[in-house]
Amino acid sequence: MSEHDLPFAITLAPASSRADLTGTWRTERASYVTRQAPCGNACPAGEAVRDWLYDAEEGDAGYERAWRRIMDANPFPAVMGRVCYHPCETSCNRGQLDESVGINSVERFLGDRALELGWRPPPAGPPTGRKVLVVGAGPAGLAAAYHLVRLGHEVVLKEAESRPGGMMRWGIPRYRLPRTVLEAEVQRILDLGVRLELDTRVDDLVSTMSEEHFDAALVCVGAQIGRRAYIPAGSAAHVLDAVSVLHGVAAGEQPLLGRRVAVYGGGNTAIDAARTAKRLGAEDALVVYRRTRERMPANEIEVQEAEEEGVRFRWLSTIGEVEESSIVVEQMELDEAGFPQPTGRTEVLAADSVVLALGQDSDLSLLAGLDDVDLGRGVVHTTSAMMTGQPGVFAAGDVTPGDRSVTVAIGHGRVAAGRIDDWLAGLAPAPEPPRELAAFDMLNTWYYEDAPRAHRPRLEAVRRQSTFDEVVEGLDADNALYEARRCMSCGTCFSCDNCVAVCPDDAVHNIGMPGTYEIDLDYCKGCGICVAECPCGAIEMLPEDI
Amino acid sequence: MAPTDLKLYQIGTFAAGNRLLDPGDRSVQADPGRASSITSGHRACQGCGEALGARFVLDAAMRAAGGEIVIANATGCLEVFSTPYPESAWQLAWVHSLFGNVAAVATGVAAALKAQGREHVRVVAQAGDGGTVDIGLGCLSGMFERNDDVLFVCYDNQGYMNTGVQRSGATPPAARTANTRPVGSEPGNVFGQGKDLPRIAMAHEIPYVATATVADLRDLERKVEKAMSLRGARYLHVLVPCPLGWASASQDTIRLARLATQSGLFPVFEAEHGVVTATTPIRRRVPVEDYLTLQGRFAHLFGPDGRPDVVARIQAGADRNIDRYDLVTVVDPDGVDHV
Repeated sequence: MSEHDLPFAITLAPASSRADLTGTWRTERASYVTRQAPCGNACPAGEAVRDWLYDAEEGDAGYERAWRRIMDANPFPAVMGRVCYHPCETSCNRGQLDESVGINSVERFLGDRALELGWRPPPAGPPTGRKVLVVGAGPAGLAAAYHLVRLGHEVVLKEAESRPGGMMRWGIPRYRLPRTVLEAEVQRILDLGVRLELDTRVDDLVSTMSEEHFDAALVCVGAQIGRRAYIPAGSAAHVLDAVSVLHGVAAGEQPLLGRRVAVYGGGNTAIDAARTAKRLGAEDALVVYRRTRERMPANEIEVQEAEEEGVRFRWLSTIGEVEESSIVVEQMELDEAGFPQPTGRTEVLAADSVVLALGQDSDLSLLAGLDDVDLGRGVVHTTSAMMTGQPGVFAAGDVTPGDRSVTVAIGHGRVAAGRIDDWLAGLAPAPEPPRELAAFDMLNTWYYEDAPRAHRPRLEAVRRQSTFDEVVEGLDADNALYEARRCMSCGTCFSCDNCVAVCPDDAVHNIGMPGTYEIDLDYCKGCGICVAECPCGAIEMLPEDI
Repeated sequence: MAPTDLKLYQIGTFAAGNRLLDPGDRSVQADPGRASSITSGHRACQGCGEALGARFVLDAAMRAAGGEIVIANATGCLEVFSTPYPESAWQLAWVHSLFGNVAAVATGVAAALKAQGREHVRVVAQAGDGGTVDIGLGCLSGMFERNDDVLFVCYDNQGYMNTGVQRSGATPPAARTANTRPVGSEPGNVFGQGKDLPRIAMAHEIPYVATATVADLRDLERKVEKAMSLRGARYLHVLVPCPLGWASASQDTIRLARLATQSGLFPVFEAEHGVVTATTPIRRRVPVEDYLTLQGRFAHLFGPDGRPDVVARIQAGADRNIDRYDLVTVVDPDGVDHV
């Protein structure tokens, strides 16, 4: 507009405030960030939990994407959704708000849906020409084989037993993991082209490797030798070990335990043995443990379920002697350091059999003669790259030190496969970039709808005491979707549009696709409201160079 | 959308929008095609609640009126920072009035439109708390009495901020301002009810009176939409925290508005023809300290020489609001909410 066009008494043409680049006021700027969510951080199997929940929240087509994202890390979603002790839920930020998200139940829903609809993982990668031996078809070995095949390596899985699955088959009772589920997920791995050799025990690893031309080997033979403790026992005393009892039941045998069964130990195996005894018809299943309930290594959920089924517990007690139909139990006391100390007070309890669940050891004879492999304290020591002292020989699962669970073993299998792949390619493992954890105080929980957790139904106690039917049932589709949507998406944008709404300077814009945002730094004054009002902690303030 | 329609946060009711939500159920602010009635480049302070509140209100009004809307704006912060001659941040038809007569100007605009037979063009008057409760009260009361077809919006930042933070009739008790110094036995602003304009408006028995804050976008937009669906005099009172006048951190603007409601200091409700018809219950109740300690204007009440007695009086005022408007929801053991 020229000066002549202006109305009377007006000397300046009207203009937009957008000529003022108020972004120059800024000393800090808002910037989108992706932080590590506590659930994924805690997952021993290395699942990107938050990310697959994000897909699952969509429902329908999102379920398959979610399942595929789980399968990137873990080939056993349906097994995992049953037997995992879900450290993801323990660390879930929502637990500090109302109740943690039922991640495990959503995983089971996805796993079951995949089996029902026949979803398949992508086919094996292009062949590398390298051949890897995996010894032991338990969770670690199967997971490693799955990942190795996907990386294009030829994999031979040698298993001493007549069936694959390891502790998933022989250790975990059917009421926690139906065998049809296990078999379907194992078959899906084998279908990728893994060669499984059953009833094939490897006695000498090095000679097997050289005879059959393996480039690398992974030892994951597990720990299935029940540890014995010396307990004075009469000649007619009936003492068994829990691993053998569980193995026998899994193989279809009916171990003779009698009416009154005492289980000695405080781990998950002890609870499994006691719950199994109940199902086999024992009137009384008593777990004897030398410390308190709080100090029991068994998972709390399992202890609760056992109590519901009528399993009794005797804390702070040791078994001193075993007779034909009784045991002598000694009362213990915790000392100041929290260790149980004997008190000398004893009591005689009725028991027809005693099942020892005092821990398990590995049979590592296949590594005998490999002087560079450190087998101290009965476990295989590895480097951070999961390789033993013998180049090309890796180890994973229960044979290595640390926590022993299916989830840990699956995680080991995944990492070992990656490290074997690196080693075969002559590469050093790529370091994981450290990522900041999305802590609870980074969230603005105001924006999350109050939504209590959907709990999975459980089988009635009566049926649980007499049958091996699965105890915990799955969520239906509505509940699974609800549960997935309880995820707070800690540390990553879930496209809530809050940042676009709360900017007083109209400087945050939704660009193109819904949920893709841009901060216009010409006008961002750096007030920080978008950071404060981001529900999930996915925006941070960065100082400007001034 | 009422806050309980959808029980899942991910297609939530508290956030502005969500990828999983049908576009029609998202807030106006989440709409990429929103009017952005007050655009970038305005000279409001960092974290200005008023700039935010004005966009929330006017974008919703623009949508409700199909873009056919005239704004009369009283002198005050909102006018000063948005229109330094010859620039303007307004993206709609906008006229500036004197400090005290915006209600009369808006009435005149509405009358002119009526005379032209263009009553589909809607009129909104807006002012700060000074222009509403003090200087503009006479014109506003007249507008209410005549039931003129105007939506009057007060952006309440509890003082005369752009002139240097002086006290208004809406400044809360004990607050420090340039002319209520935090000294003596009664530091800061005097205790008293001030001018509770929503209740004054209700006393006129106009069709619609509502309060809202920048902390609850969904509620605010719903109330604008409701007001725009009615004819006659309507009054909307929006709490807009002011980082400058309240001496608060710029990122705390929305948080402060939220704490004002959750402490009970700022009741959120609606009234029709002089009768309260709905209140927003407190969701996570907090003591007034949580709200006060984030603001430098109340700093003299805390610390070694603090005044717990004064804080207790402020808390008593919040409790009175909670009683008056039934702001605390009682939850039965069976999980059913009873307001």
